[in-house]
Amino acid sequence: MLTRRVWPSRPTFESPFAEFDQLRRQLTRMFDLVGNGAFAEIGAGVFPPLNISQDADNVYVRAEIPGVDAKALEVSALGRRLSISGKREIAVESDRASYHRRERAEGEFSRTVTLPTEIDVGRVDAKYSAGILTLALPKTDAAKPRQIAVKA
Amino acid sequence: MNENHTEIQKSDSQAVAAVPELTRSGPVVTPPVDIFETESAITVLADMPGVEPENLTIDLRENVLTFTATVSGPARAKEIFVLREYQAGTFLRQFTLSEAIDQAKIDARLTDGVLRLELPKVAKAKPRQIAVKT
Repeated sequence: MLTRRVWPSRPTFESPFAEFDQLRRQLTRMFDLVGNGAFAEIGAGVFPPLNISQDADNVYVRAEIPGVDAKALEVSALGRRLSISGKREIAVESDRASYHRRERAEGEFSRTVTLPTEIDVGRVDAKYSAGILTLALPKTDAAKPRQIAVKA
Repeated sequence: MNENHTEIQKSDSQAVAAVPELTRSGPVVTPPVDIFETESAITVLADMPGVEPENLTIDLRENVLTFTATVSGPARAKEIFVLREYQAGTFLRQFTLSEAIDQAKIDARLTDGVLRLELPKVAKAKPRQIAVKT
C-alpha cells in the first residue's frame, strides 16, 4: 500500500507530547515498511483469499471457501470486474454439545476484483471442489498476446 | 480430575517436539477448528480447503491427536501469478486429549474441504447409587 506522509514531522512547542507523537509516527512508519515487504502477500483478513493467475488464453481465479454449498456461491462478471459472494453457514450441532473451541467463521462474504485483461463473460467455467472455487475465464481475442513476425 | 469435563488443548510446544522437520517446502498452516463435546463423543471440525482424502493423515497415539494434510498447487506450470493470497502448503494441528477415546470407532469425513472427526469416548460403567443402610 502506498501512503504519503509528511515526514519527518517538526516538533512544536505548543504540545508537550510532540516527542511522543513523533515516536509514534516513527513506529507506524517502521511497521508499514515491514508490511510492504515479507507480509505483503497475505491478504488483510479479506475473505475469501484469492489466487489469480493467467496463461496465454485464460485468467484463472481460485478462492479458498471451505464448507459452503456450491449453490450458495454467486459469481458475476462484467467487463474486467469479477465478483464472488455467498454465505457460509455452520450447522448448529446438538443442544447438549459444549464447545471447547470455536474458530471457524461464518457469515456473508463478498469480494470484487479487477482482472488483468478483458474476459469473455459468456464462456466462464466455474467449479467448486474440495473447498476451492476455481474459475477459468477465457480472454477475449483482443486481449490475447499475438506473435508478430519480424521482417529482415 | 473432574470426570465430566474433558479438556482439549492445543499443544504448540509438543507439535515442535513430536513432528520432525517437514521435508516438503511451503508454509505450514494452522487450520481453524471447532471442537465440541457431547456425553458420548468429541467432534473436531477443521477447515482445510484444497485437501483431498488421500493427502490427509490422522494419527492418534498416547492421547495426542495429530492431523496433517498437504495441498499441491496447480499442475500447469505456464500460469503466471497476478495475485497470490494463499499458498499451497501443509496443514498441521495437534491436540492432547485427556479422556480415553475408543480408537476403533473413530470416524473421519472430508467434505468440501472441511474435516469432520468423530472421536467416541470409551463407554464407562454407569455410576451407581449405593444405599447406605443403618
